[in-house]
Amino acid sequence: MKDVDVLDDFDIEDYIRQDQMPHFLCPGCGHGIALRALMWAIHDLAIPKDKLAVVSGIGCSGRLSGYVDASTFHTTHGRPLAFATGLALARPDLHVIVISGDGDCLAIGGNHMIHSCRRNLNMTCMMLNNEIYGMTGGQVSPTTSSDRFTTTTPAGNTEPVFDACALAAAAGASFVGREVTLQILALRELLRDAIANDGFSFVEVISDCTEIYGRKNDLGASPEMMMSQKSSMRPFAYRNTVDVPFRPTGLKTGVLAKTDRPEYGKAYRAMTEKLRGKKGRG
Amino acid sequence: MSQRINLQGNHACALGAIRAGCRFFAGYPITPSSEVAESMARELPKVGGTFIQMEDEIASMAAVIGASMGGMKSMTATSGPGFSLKQENLGYACGAEIPCVIVNVMRGGPSTGMPTRPSQGDIMQARWGTHGDHPIIVLAPASAAEAFSETSRAVELSEQLRVPVVVLLDEAIGHLVETVDLDAIPETPEVWRKWAEGPKQDYEPYAVTDDMVPPMSRPGDGYRTHTTGLTHAPNGFPTQNPAIAEAALTRTTTKLDLHRERYESWRVRQCDDADLLIVAIGISARAAQAAVDDLRADGVKAGLFRPVTLWPFPEEALREVVASSGAKTVLVPEMNQGQLVLEVERVLKGSAGTVGLGRIDGEAITPDQIAGKAREILG
Repeated sequence: MKDVDVLDDFDIEDYIRQDQMPHFLCPGCGHGIALRALMWAIHDLAIPKDKLAVVSGIGCSGRLSGYVDASTFHTTHGRPLAFATGLALARPDLHVIVISGDGDCLAIGGNHMIHSCRRNLNMTCMMLNNEIYGMTGGQVSPTTSSDRFTTTTPAGNTEPVFDACALAAAAGASFVGREVTLQILALRELLRDAIANDGFSFVEVISDCTEIYGRKNDLGASPEMMMSQKSSMRPFAYRNTVDVPFRPTGLKTGVLAKTDRPEYGKAYRAMTEKLRGKKGRG
Repeated sequence: MSQRINLQGNHACALGAIRAGCRFFAGYPITPSSEVAESMARELPKVGGTFIQMEDEIASMAAVIGASMGGMKSMTATSGPGFSLKQENLGYACGAEIPCVIVNVMRGGPSTGMPTRPSQGDIMQARWGTHGDHPIIVLAPASAAEAFSETSRAVELSEQLRVPVVVLLDEAIGHLVETVDLDAIPETPEVWRKWAEGPKQDYEPYAVTDDMVPPMSRPGDGYRTHTTGLTHAPNGFPTQNPAIAEAALTRTTTKLDLHRERYESWRVRQCDDADLLIVAIGISARAAQAAVDDLRADGVKAGLFRPVTLWPFPEEALREVVASSGAKTVLVPEMNQGQLVLEVERVLKGSAGTVGLGRIDGEAITPDQIAGKAREILG
């Protein structure tokens, strides 16, 4: 936990729209912790709120953008990365953060997710993985663990899961990381490094849906869920190689991939400037 | 020096948009509209604009809205199946009132249909394609020159009224190459949406203003507003309060009624004494014009009413033309099984007999076909 100052001057209230409180998240939901870590990272990087754009999709994760005191865009289901792509290209002066969920990002938005990784446009996607469609009442998602009960897997989930970080790394995201909400300081540091990365950063946050997922699967209350998430993860020391085996359990946390690839916006603008220098051609 | 150039309808759309200040284009390849994207990919970098080919049609519509929310005039282009895919985010732009332009070059449908053949099967989809009540403007050019000027106008109207504008071409107009005199198209001052100004605490992104078009903010200008596809209160945040929801939806769906004089556009030809009026758009209007000339040469008093702004339909204008000419019959030739004719019937409410003429075989409707139908009606 190097160079993370726990006793700094960060105050979440400076970054949250007080008039939108109380928030609508259920008691025990991990999403609030993730939002706090994100705002803390923004604070660490001294990003002015007027230069911050938060884009979200649909679902429980999608509602978080409305709580941030920034320019915020609550878009359509699965499409926040595509909206953010237009915004980031039009406005390279902004810090663009996308908040998505496991259903939003990996199911309906899966195509936008892999192509955003490939393109490497400067933005950070924080995907909140609670293994369930919470807002619609608890249906199976692409990250629901095997045998788990949801409203659409009444006899237990028989589908395999996505390893979102392996997918992001394979698709070319220049920064990939994962953390659990219990480790808020590590999550803050991970998000800070992700936002600082010049390119597309993907951060998966292992969140918990206590009210629906926890209840349906007898996983205990939020503290029990968070502890079991932490104990099932394996901290990973990044060693300049991409080593993210496809497996549903025993996922690694920390920085999982980091590559030095050209940022797409800069590459496009360089081409534009080159073209504009050649008057009378084309 | 006169700038007379051979221009294809699709290329004209791209150049017209750029002339109106469009600087962002996101698209996805699809026949028969791909030339719009190709033209944009070539031309936008030269003027400091941005072109991106997205991973799919949905994403390109989303990126266009994202760029517009960032403060850039933006456009996409597509055809049938792609237009279907864009409806989801097009609805977002209607609801959140984000200016943007969508060129839809109609091909045979449904589904993959006849990709290289002309059609006018998306007339109703252009108006009602996305779910829920929503405002939208649809312009229907009938020549390469008009593809240029109408796409310019689409950019301007979307900015002025904070509404998505669809430029609806059929494949025949999209691929029609005509000599266009660019100098003859009047240079207009650049039009921008109204920007938010004044103190942050007083600004409401969806305030009810006299013109029903609220000023827009953008990231970086200090307002830090929220934009959502959920039904929202004047402050931009979601609401389920019945009175606020009704007021908000009523404003967006009626704002266009206040500005008819800004966007309504139609052309009449030989309508003053017409016994038979033809109502048509796009390539069907070109054929109808030739049919009118043919019928007039035979002494048949025919006239053409061509909506250039297709939606909202220029209903008052059509009623006046029918009333003043005394036309007994209105013939509506179109390349579908009868869509425009439904609107004409609705507008005329029986004040003249309405007859449809459809063609769905992938060929453009011909002057002979229209003139033949007219003679058949007149006996």
